[in-house]
Amino acid sequence: MTTVEDRKALIDEVLEAYPDKAKKLRAKHISVQEAEKADCGVKSNKKSVPGVMTTRGCAYAGAKGVVWGPVKDMIHISHGPVGCGYYSWSGRRNYYIGTTGVDTFGTMQFTSDFQERDIVFGGDKKLAKLIDELGELFPLSQGTTIESECPVGLIGDDIEAVARAKAKETGKPVIPVRCEGFRGVSQSLGHHIANDTVRDWVLPKADEYRKLPDGFEPGPYDVNIIGDYNIGGDAWPSRLLLEEIGLRVISQFSGDGTFNEVVMTPLAKLNLIHCYRSMNYICRFMEEKYGIGWLEYNFFGPTQIAKSLRKIAAQFDETIQAKAEEVIAKYQPRMDAIVDKYRARLEGKKVMMMVGGLRPRHVVPAFTDLGMDVIGTGYEFGHGDDYKRTAEYVNEGTVIYDDVSGYEFEEFAKELKPDLIAAGIKEKYVFQKMALPFRQMHSWDYSGPYHGYDGFEVFARDMDMAINNPTWGLINPPWA
Amino acid sequence: MTDNLDNTIPTPSCGGEDLGQVKDHFELFHTDTYQDLFEYKRQFEGAHSRDLVAETAEWTKSWDYREKNFAREALTVNPAKACQPLGALFVAAGFEDTLPYSHGSQGCVAYFRSHLTRNYKEPFQAVSSSMTEDAAVFGGLSNLKAGLENSYTLYKPKMIALCTTCMAEVIGDDIGAYITTAKNEGHIPEDLPVPAAHTPSFVGSHITGYDNMLKSILKTLTKDEKSETTNGKFNFNLGFDPYIGNIRELKRILGLFGVDYTVLSDNSDTFDSPNTGEFKMYNGLTTLADTADSINAEGTVFFQKYTTPKTQEYIAKEWGQKTYNFRPFGIKGTDEFLMTLSAITGKPIPLELQQERGRAVDALTDSQAWIHGKKIALYGDPDHVLSLVQFLLEMGAEPTHIVVTNSNDEFEAEARELLTNSPYGQGGTVWGGKDLWHLRSLMFTEPVDLLIGNSYGKYLWRDTGTPLVRIGYPIFDRHHMHRYATLGYQGAINQFNWIVNTILEELDRKTIVPAKTDISFDLIR
Repeated sequence: MTTVEDRKALIDEVLEAYPDKAKKLRAKHISVQEAEKADCGVKSNKKSVPGVMTTRGCAYAGAKGVVWGPVKDMIHISHGPVGCGYYSWSGRRNYYIGTTGVDTFGTMQFTSDFQERDIVFGGDKKLAKLIDELGELFPLSQGTTIESECPVGLIGDDIEAVARAKAKETGKPVIPVRCEGFRGVSQSLGHHIANDTVRDWVLPKADEYRKLPDGFEPGPYDVNIIGDYNIGGDAWPSRLLLEEIGLRVISQFSGDGTFNEVVMTPLAKLNLIHCYRSMNYICRFMEEKYGIGWLEYNFFGPTQIAKSLRKIAAQFDETIQAKAEEVIAKYQPRMDAIVDKYRARLEGKKVMMMVGGLRPRHVVPAFTDLGMDVIGTGYEFGHGDDYKRTAEYVNEGTVIYDDVSGYEFEEFAKELKPDLIAAGIKEKYVFQKMALPFRQMHSWDYSGPYHGYDGFEVFARDMDMAINNPTWGLINPPWA
Repeated sequence: MTDNLDNTIPTPSCGGEDLGQVKDHFELFHTDTYQDLFEYKRQFEGAHSRDLVAETAEWTKSWDYREKNFAREALTVNPAKACQPLGALFVAAGFEDTLPYSHGSQGCVAYFRSHLTRNYKEPFQAVSSSMTEDAAVFGGLSNLKAGLENSYTLYKPKMIALCTTCMAEVIGDDIGAYITTAKNEGHIPEDLPVPAAHTPSFVGSHITGYDNMLKSILKTLTKDEKSETTNGKFNFNLGFDPYIGNIRELKRILGLFGVDYTVLSDNSDTFDSPNTGEFKMYNGLTTLADTADSINAEGTVFFQKYTTPKTQEYIAKEWGQKTYNFRPFGIKGTDEFLMTLSAITGKPIPLELQQERGRAVDALTDSQAWIHGKKIALYGDPDHVLSLVQFLLEMGAEPTHIVVTNSNDEFEAEARELLTNSPYGQGGTVWGGKDLWHLRSLMFTEPVDLLIGNSYGKYLWRDTGTPLVRIGYPIFDRHHMHRYATLGYQGAINQFNWIVNTILEELDRKTIVPAKTDISFDLIR
């Protein structure tokens, strides 16, 4: 039997545990990569099966937690009951520079804290008053977004009307984001909704809101970094590289970004998108509306960084192309040294991944650079186009699981016996109890950055630490 | 030497740089390269001038700002409370083979699991009905049926403890009827206990959810279990107490007493299971049989009366059982608990505990000089805060700003009485329903020496320079705190140790500059 056949048999075996209907549904989401499969052979972006323990979040998490939340100089209101804002308060490590509470608000939680009376009588009046109070207490804020939670959409509040009235009154943007958690099947719709609010509420007034830098002239090398959330500072080494090859980054949307940077975006020549899943919508719109092209890049690991730098440089003239080669050459010796050092300790180690909508493919080459082998991967909330993009990243025989359930993930790990699992906080300690080394791939396990050349060093060190730490050897007692 | 006798990985040379110096975010962004990058980026940010930011920052520290801040009616900033289902899942996880189940949108469960996991560094398994738009229109019955069947089949629980999210509450799902339907249609066995609790997030907070779920679990499991005679046991409930060390400490104390007991929701192993190389899904220690029999106990003891008012009333009324409230924290709180326990069980206070009391008091007298008269700001759940206030007063510290976001009138009256009756409580103010942004104003306008709170207190520490002692929930940025007891004499020593050593560390921090502040950089303190 080949690996592919073995693993197909494993999938069948794992699915046996389900009731029939659930088994049928889940079977469509799990597959083994075969050479001819350009889409990994899995269905995606479908409703999660109730009760199976999906790892997915909701639209609110995607809109507030991911896309809008990192815009640092705006206030993002968790509009509704207290919980959502509380659980997503400072959880995502999207780093920023600023004086929190004065000109930036990233690690604060603002909520309308709905009570029963707000459900009964509606929350619009409270919301309007709340925005007045924000103006009073946080005068340097550059605007407000309203992320609505489940009840708001169910009781028929009109947050758009409130937003329109308050924007007019205050002269600052007030953006209603209809991201109730019951909408859609995962965080993914929340990303899309947030992108749509940029399209509908921000870009039409971009010229009015924009503050240009002194003496600013649009230039041929102006680009935006789109879809880097600056986890552990990721966007900064990325920006560094883009500037090193001669480009001018005029906006980071949204990690360490400001509202002004959001309205700067239409001035760029090219959108460079890291997290395709969460931000492709606005890139497509800007292409359509302003004729700004967009390009996906991958700054995980030296192989992909070099590839991406060349791909980006190819969009520009020879000056940039030459500089890109210089930059690649400049970092190469250090990257070689890093690979030499860590590859010796990581060669042949098997990895299983499960992350959100980008990293299940994007990080694969970084592992490969270290001699590691990704044997299973899947998205929490990827779509068909993500799986299409994944096919080129994974080897034949890789198990692909979409919206994997707790049960499936545990069973696959038991059978496939990876040396490392790279997923999220909810999975971390489950696998560590199984004596499996683990790294969080959402928050970088409180480390980072992982993007860019500076980030790869940290990534390599962390994977080595995870796998080669002696504590794993202590789990079995000597008398057992 | 050609043979490599040791197994160290040779470090290759790379441009003269030492590879050992991998810089991560702690150092990397403070290098000139990145500092320059930040400065360059500013031009695109539409940022306010640094002077204006500094001026505004100063203003946020003023009395004027405080008044404006306290005038708000609609806005909540940095609240110290979560929503009901968190408490419901937390209490459910203390029972044998119990699967916490949240009926409503699925994102909530992702949040509950992440939150508890971040505090305990332990797995937390719970499932959801994964309701979406169609359920919003047609109700969640089919989601609930599928959810119960799938979770029961996959995870094989002995009990499914079901609570609701605000979505299910707003659309008015009749969960009681739905569960009956699910059983009638054979999705789950008839005899599978599925206690259900309505836990809308727009009512109360996580402690309310704890109460609602606990009551439902007890009601479900004790149905038709009442016997003629008592079983000679006492039930104990610790409420939403993040310290699993407290459950273990309580069991030790009861063991020393020789009291037969049932801990209602013993999640000490749930949140602290041994690493054996095998993942165990269920670690709740309160057996369903013991829970069913809890209706026949001599009495039930509650340590958090504001967390569990409904459960207590239910036990007193429906079971006709005697109920007690204690806060066995600090010296006097523990004294009172042990004396009453001794009185109701007729057993003397064990010598070991008497010696522990002596040791705890000895510790307090040894260090009292460092804590006497220190002004303290603190926040958290009502009972947690009351325990701390009582303990601080008996050490001669002065609880000054007391913020409880999920407050109630009864708690506030009790807290004020506690303060009034102590010479050290005269400057104390109780701020019910206020949040941590209010507290920031309080701490700027009326500074204190020390702040006691959860990890979110670190922002107040950063802004006001007031050292933080982490006691509460959640604690995300320190490890292993939850393993300790804060209860009993041993717990008093633990808490005191954290408090007094935070004060001493702060003194060192303030006296560490050579030739400038290090006059008082004392070796002996």
